[in-house]
This record gives sequence, structure tokens and C-alpha cells, in this order.
Amino acid sequence: MTTTTESAPTPAPTHRPLWRRLIGFNLLTAVILAVVGYYLGWLLGHHIGGKSYSYEEKSGENDVALLLAYTFSVIGFLVGLGFANYPLSRMLGRPASMREKESAGIGRYFGLCTDHKVVGIQYLVGIGVFFFIGGLNAMLIRTELLHTTPTFVGPNQYLTLVGMHGTMMMGMMTSGILGPFANYFVPIMIGARRMAFPRIEALTFWLLMAAGFVLTSTIFFGGFPTGWTGYEPLNDQAVMGMDSYIMFFALVGISMTLLGLNMMATIITMRAPGLTWSRLPIFVWSVFATAVLMVLAAPMLVATLLMAALDRTINTSFFIAGGGGSSYLFQNLFWFFGHPEVYILALPGFGIILELLPVFTRKPLWGYRLAVSGMLGVSLMSFFVWQHHLFVSGINADLRPFYMLSTEIISIPTGFIFMCFMGTMWKARTTFKVPMLFCMAWAFNFLIGGLSGVFLSDTPSDTDTHGSFFVMAHFHYTIMGGLVFSFFAAIYYWVPKMLGLNFNEKLAKAHFWLMFIAFNSTFMPLFVLGMKGMPRRVSSYSPALHTLNVWVSISAFVLGISMLIFLFNVVYSLIFVREKAEANPWNSKSIEWQVPTPVPVHNFDRIPVFDSDPYDYGTPVGGSVGGGGRAAPAGAGA
Amino acid sequence: MTEPNHARRFTTIWAIATIVAMPIVILVIGPIMPPGNGSEQASGKVTDNTVLLAMATPVLLLVTIYLLYATFAFRQEKGAALEGPAVRGDARIQTTWIVVTSLLVLSLAGYGSVRLLSDYGAGSGSGPTPLTVPSGPKLKVQVIAQQWAFTYRYPQYGGIETPHLVLPVGEMVELHVTSLDVIHSFWALQLGVKADANPDVDNVAFVRPTKLQTFEIRCAELCGIWHGAMFDRGKVVSPTAFNTWMSQMQTKFATATKALPPYSRTYLPEPTRRGG
Repeated sequence: MTTTTESAPTPAPTHRPLWRRLIGFNLLTAVILAVVGYYLGWLLGHHIGGKSYSYEEKSGENDVALLLAYTFSVIGFLVGLGFANYPLSRMLGRPASMREKESAGIGRYFGLCTDHKVVGIQYLVGIGVFFFIGGLNAMLIRTELLHTTPTFVGPNQYLTLVGMHGTMMMGMMTSGILGPFANYFVPIMIGARRMAFPRIEALTFWLLMAAGFVLTSTIFFGGFPTGWTGYEPLNDQAVMGMDSYIMFFALVGISMTLLGLNMMATIITMRAPGLTWSRLPIFVWSVFATAVLMVLAAPMLVATLLMAALDRTINTSFFIAGGGGSSYLFQNLFWFFGHPEVYILALPGFGIILELLPVFTRKPLWGYRLAVSGMLGVSLMSFFVWQHHLFVSGINADLRPFYMLSTEIISIPTGFIFMCFMGTMWKARTTFKVPMLFCMAWAFNFLIGGLSGVFLSDTPSDTDTHGSFFVMAHFHYTIMGGLVFSFFAAIYYWVPKMLGLNFNEKLAKAHFWLMFIAFNSTFMPLFVLGMKGMPRRVSSYSPALHTLNVWVSISAFVLGISMLIFLFNVVYSLIFVREKAEANPWNSKSIEWQVPTPVPVHNFDRIPVFDSDPYDYGTPVGGSVGGGGRAAPAGAGA
Repeated sequence: MTEPNHARRFTTIWAIATIVAMPIVILVIGPIMPPGNGSEQASGKVTDNTVLLAMATPVLLLVTIYLLYATFAFRQEKGAALEGPAVRGDARIQTTWIVVTSLLVLSLAGYGSVRLLSDYGAGSGSGPTPLTVPSGPKLKVQVIAQQWAFTYRYPQYGGIETPHLVLPVGEMVELHVTSLDVIHSFWALQLGVKADANPDVDNVAFVRPTKLQTFEIRCAELCGIWHGAMFDRGKVVSPTAFNTWMSQMQTKFATATKALPPYSRTYLPEPTRRGG
């Protein structure tokens, strides 16, 4: 497939003077309109709310104004980027502008672009920035925890840091793999020229960026004390900074829903001829399973936050016991989204790991159907376990044996992924390149995360560990050890394709080893701390736990340094050295490595026809391979 | 045969590691698992945690040893570009794996449920009407959480309210946990008790302290800026010492008790609304 694009991209109008190029629908206009929208909303809010609310009179706070300001600001931002052009021109009966699709040059990365490869790279950089902000918050949290009482920051700032770290990671990183890698590679892997809804694809990215800024702006409004869960009635009690949290998660929820819909539509309808469901790359399957979760879970979050916003602004009482509401309602609604959410984070990681393994072990994926059923099983089961977050809350206490069962059942499909991992490694010819190292680390980390989850799923045992550092260690093992390690595996594996440039391997290995060791050194002691009685989200704790906390903090700083090594590698290798990557450095048989680098705008000159799955590695073994285990040979239909 | 029998070799290593590790887990690590033996419920959970750890250990060893084994045994030779065997699965192994993991998790869920119900909620907050209630006399204590302290009300002693928790040893205690403002969680670590305090909710937990001790009380649900400072020490004392303490408290707080609202399963303070 060494062909160029069939239609040359229309030449970009680069000869226009700079000032002329600044006028139009671009990032500058978007920022200006966002600021204008912000003040418009603010004024409107004060006009509506004014002095009629007793609370505002006392404190000068006006939640209506802030929420309206955010809303108008985001709308202004999107209009400025040009998202309204297409629908408006269609409504007015004019031919729609296709300009956003065809622009070339570096400028397209800073505006509305419907090329899925541009969006993928936008996502990678955008999410990367917020990932580092979230990481920085973690460093500040650990600095505070060097002391047993609030010393470095005040207790209020501490809670804001905790909340921003959690919300940033749980919100932005939901698209951590689907954003960059699924947007970039799913259309190529399924032999399509674009996503099903390219404008919606661009919209999901810019919504997420707007959301990131909204959350960061909470520091100007007093922060928020609730952590990423935003429990009521603490939510209702909090200052205006809480509105940033509400707006952030609502925007993320909308972005997630749209992203999920887009992925589902693309994977269902746009597969190339011959690419039956049983030949789909396993990464695409994991994206599909995640997309289902996103579409079903995220709207629940948006609705819940709308209710919380109404409680805060116009005095409804959904969650306020004093007005006839219930604090349980929020917990229930939140975790109905919140538990699928953690699988939204974990599932794409499964897909990345299993996608990379065959390449580095030089073996076909072992147990393809098992892996697919594992992913779909996790996806389905994740909707039936949410009340295990509420084992000690007293809500539906009689149902706890059921939730214990459903939670433990979910470890069966998760176990499938491990089975496939282990089966693929059996008698393999593994090359331990950097992405493979991250895969191995994933297996270890996720194993610890999964096994600690068994303690948490058992109600009697959970009674001790609920709300303690044990839980925190558990989900950092699954999310950081699972998602973030697979995220880095994907970066080291696919960025040479996306940018056509190599990373420095020595620095990459240093990053891996430092990150892996520091990660375990940071989070393993947290299990002990939790069992010894350290609650989550505290800035004052027992002096008896001081030494261990200092150890954890120092390890966390080393973990932070490992991230700086990665950053240095990015700057050094991708900006200064710019060593050209080989066309197919890993000798992969997957289709994304067969198209030219950089990938042409329309991906394929001619739509490819598939006759097998992409795991055609290995030397055939004599005779039959035992039972019905031989999955998806060429020709097996869906 | 240059290729060793990897399956047999790996299984042997794993079996030996498991045989070595299991007694250590059960006899050495098990007894020091939290929450200790401060109460019937706590001791029960030490057993639970030991069982869970004992079940997790072979799995942990299986995967970890496998990863190490595969790293060293199934390496690509330096400079070589050999392919592995094109095996795409094995029905027998897959079926075995599914059956074994299913049995493992089903037995865990069964065990957990039995322990939960037979231990009267295992010290967890079990809602206003728990499924299993211990028979016999019980000491009722209402735990009232608010930002940022717990107070304790003894309805069987004239509804007196005290700032510290004192319990008699050997008696079944029925804790009623509720909140006046946001969600808190009453956590008595050494007694193995944790129950969320929700406004307008009566969350019941049972515990029978089994030895004289001082235990730590913390809040386990984020409740605002001084969440971490919501800490106190409770005491388990002999029944006679408890009665002496109680009569002291009754004298000390006599006037305050009269001013308290009548004992109720929940108290709804005036709604404080922010508005705007």
C-alpha cells in the first residue's frame, strides 16, 4: 500500500498577510469569544440573581452567574472555532464550507480540523498537558503529606488539590486512550478513510479542552472540597469553585457520550470489506466495549450534575435531606456512572496490551474470542456492581450479597484478559522493547490492583478498608498501573508512526524502569497505610504513620522525576534530534504499519480488503492445535 | 530434546512457591492482619482477611512467576528474528481457566455473604433495618456526626449525650449512626466498625467488644476541610467502670440533657440553604 492520496489537498492560502489570517474562525477568535461569552453570562447571571438571593448578599457569591458565564464562554469558544458554521449554513440552505477538512500545515493543529489523524495528535498533546497538571497536583499533595498536620498548604487548598488531581485524572484521562489512539488508529485499522462523524470528533476534543480550563479555573473561585466524587450535601455547601467541578464533569460527560457514539457508529458501519467482527483487531474491540460504556454511563453523569447545579442555584432539593431529598440519591446516581467510568479507563488498556503482545512475542493472539468475551463481559457486568462503593453506607444493605457476587463475577472476564496475556507469552520469542516492558509492567500492576479488589469486594473486609488509603492504592494500581502504563506503551509503540520520529531508547528505558520501581514504591505502602487506619483525603493524620508517609512522598517525587525524563525525551527526541523512524520498526502485521508515514489525508488510495485478522505471526505447528480453541482462521465469518 | 518441558518446570516452581508461601501467609501474616481482635466482629474479619489472602496468594504467585518465567525462558535470542508457534488457543486450558476462576469467585462471594450475615453485618453500617439482628440485650448508642466531631447518645440512659465514646466489654452494642449535615463515616478501627453517617438516615451497626482497650475513631468519608482532624479515642471498660462513668456523666451533663431534643432515630436540623 505505498500509494499517495488520490486527490491532492487544496493549497493552503499561505500567501495572505498575517493580520488577515488572524481574522476568521480560529483559536484566537475562539478565545476572544470565550472571554466575551464569559462576561455576558456573568452579567446576565447577576441580572437574574441580583440581590434577591440572601446568600449572595452575604458572601458575594452567585452560582447562577458563574454557571451561565461558563456556559456562554464554552459556546463562544466553540462558535469561534467554527463549529456553528456547518449547521448554520445548512440551515440557511447555503452550500456547507468544507474548509476545515482540507487545510494543511501546522495551523490545522490549532483549530477545528476534521482529519481524524490531526484530532488524534491534538488529543495526545491536549490530554498530555492536563495529565501533567494533574500529576503536579499529586506532587503538591504528597508534599503536604510530608507533615502530619496542614503545613505546606491550608486544609482548604489541600482539598482543592486532591479534588483537582482526582477530577482531572478521572475526567481528562477517560479519553486518554480513546482520544489520541482510537481516533487516530481505529479508522485506519478498520480500513476507513475517516470517522463516521468527523465534526463531532473534532467537537469532542475541543469540548474536553474547554472542560480542562473550566476545572483549572476553580482556583479563582475558592476551589472545591469534595474530591472527584462530589458527594452531596457537601457539594451543596461548597463555595463557587464547586460550579467549576460541575461544569467540568458535565462537559466531559457530553464529550464522552459523543466520542462513544462516534466510535460505535464508525466501528459498526465503516469496516472495510472482509473485516468481519471476528477479524477485528482486539484494540478495536476494546474501543467498542468502551464506547458502549461511554454512551450508556456518561449521560447519567450529566443528568446528575444538572440536578446538583439546580440544587445549588434555584433551590431544588434533589439531594438535600432538609428539603425532602436524599444524599443517597447522589451517591447512587454518581456511582451508576462512576463504576462503568473506571472500566472506561481500564478497558482500552486491555486492548492496547493485547494488541501489542503478538507483535513483540511473534505469536498470534492466544484466545482471541476469550479476549473479546472478556472485554464485552467486563463492559456488561460493570453496570451491575456500582453499589459496592456503598457497602457501609446503609443503602440497600440487604442487597450486599448480590453486589458482592456481581463484583466478584466481574473478575472472571478480567481473568480472561490475563489468560490471553499468559497464553500469548507461552513459548514465545519475546523481544523486550520499551512498549513490551510497559506491557509486562501492566500485567503485574493490574494483577495487584485486581487482587486487592477482591478484598474490597468482600463486604466484611471492605468494612475495614473502605474510604482508606487501601482503596486509593487499589485504584491507583488499576488506573495508573493499568491505564497509564498502557498509555505509555501506546505512546512508545505508535508515536513513531504518528509523527514518523523515533524516541531515544535509552531515555525511554530509563523512564520505564524509574517509573515502574517508583510506582510500586509509592503505592505498595499505601495498602499498609490504609490497613493501619489512614483515611483518604486527609491533611492531618496519625503521627504513627508519619515515617511511611514520608517514604511514599519521596517515592512519589521519584515517580514525578520519571515523568520529567519522559518529557525530556519528548523534547529531545521529537523536537531536537528528529531521528526518522523506520516504516515498520516493530515488524508488525497490522495495517496501520503498512500505510505510508505520514499517513495520507484519506488514509487509503483504495479501500483495503481484509482476509484475516492482524495476528498472522508465528510458524505453523504440525497437526491440529487442540479442540475448538483455534480462533478466527482466515475465512471465519462473524 | 533441547527444549525443556516448560509446563512441568513452571508448574513445579509455582507449586513449591505456593507450598512455601501458604504457611507463612496463614500462620505469620494472617494473625497480624487488621483490624485485630478488639471485638467479635474484628476477630471475624481477621479470619476473613486471612482467607482472602490465602486465596489470593496462589494467584499472585501464578501470574508473577509466570511473568518472570516467560521473561527468561521465552526470550528472543539476541540478533535473531524467530517466530513463535502459531498457536491461537487451547480449548482445554481455556475451559479449565474459566471453570477454576468461576469456582474461586463464587466460593469467595458465598463465603463473604455467610460471614456478613452470621457476624451481624461484620461491623458494617447495615441500614435502618439490618437483615440479621443479634438476640439478647443490647446497649444502644447513637453516633451523631457533624462537621467535625462525633457525639454519642445513650437512649437507655435518659438520652444523655457525651463527647466521647465509652463501651462496656462483652456486651453487644447497637450503634445508630446518623449525621446532622453532610455525609460522614464512623470508623472505629480496632473494633472493626465502619458505618456511613447520612443526614436523615439511621444506619445500624452491631459490635461486641471483647477486651479492655482504647480504640481510634476517625471519619472515613470526606466531609470538608477538617475531615482529617475528626479524630477521637474511644474506650472499652469493664461493666462496673462503665456504670460509674455513666453516672458521672449523667450528673455532669444533667442540665445539658434536659435541653436536648427528644431521642429520635434521626435529627433534621434547620435546612441551611445557600441560594443563588
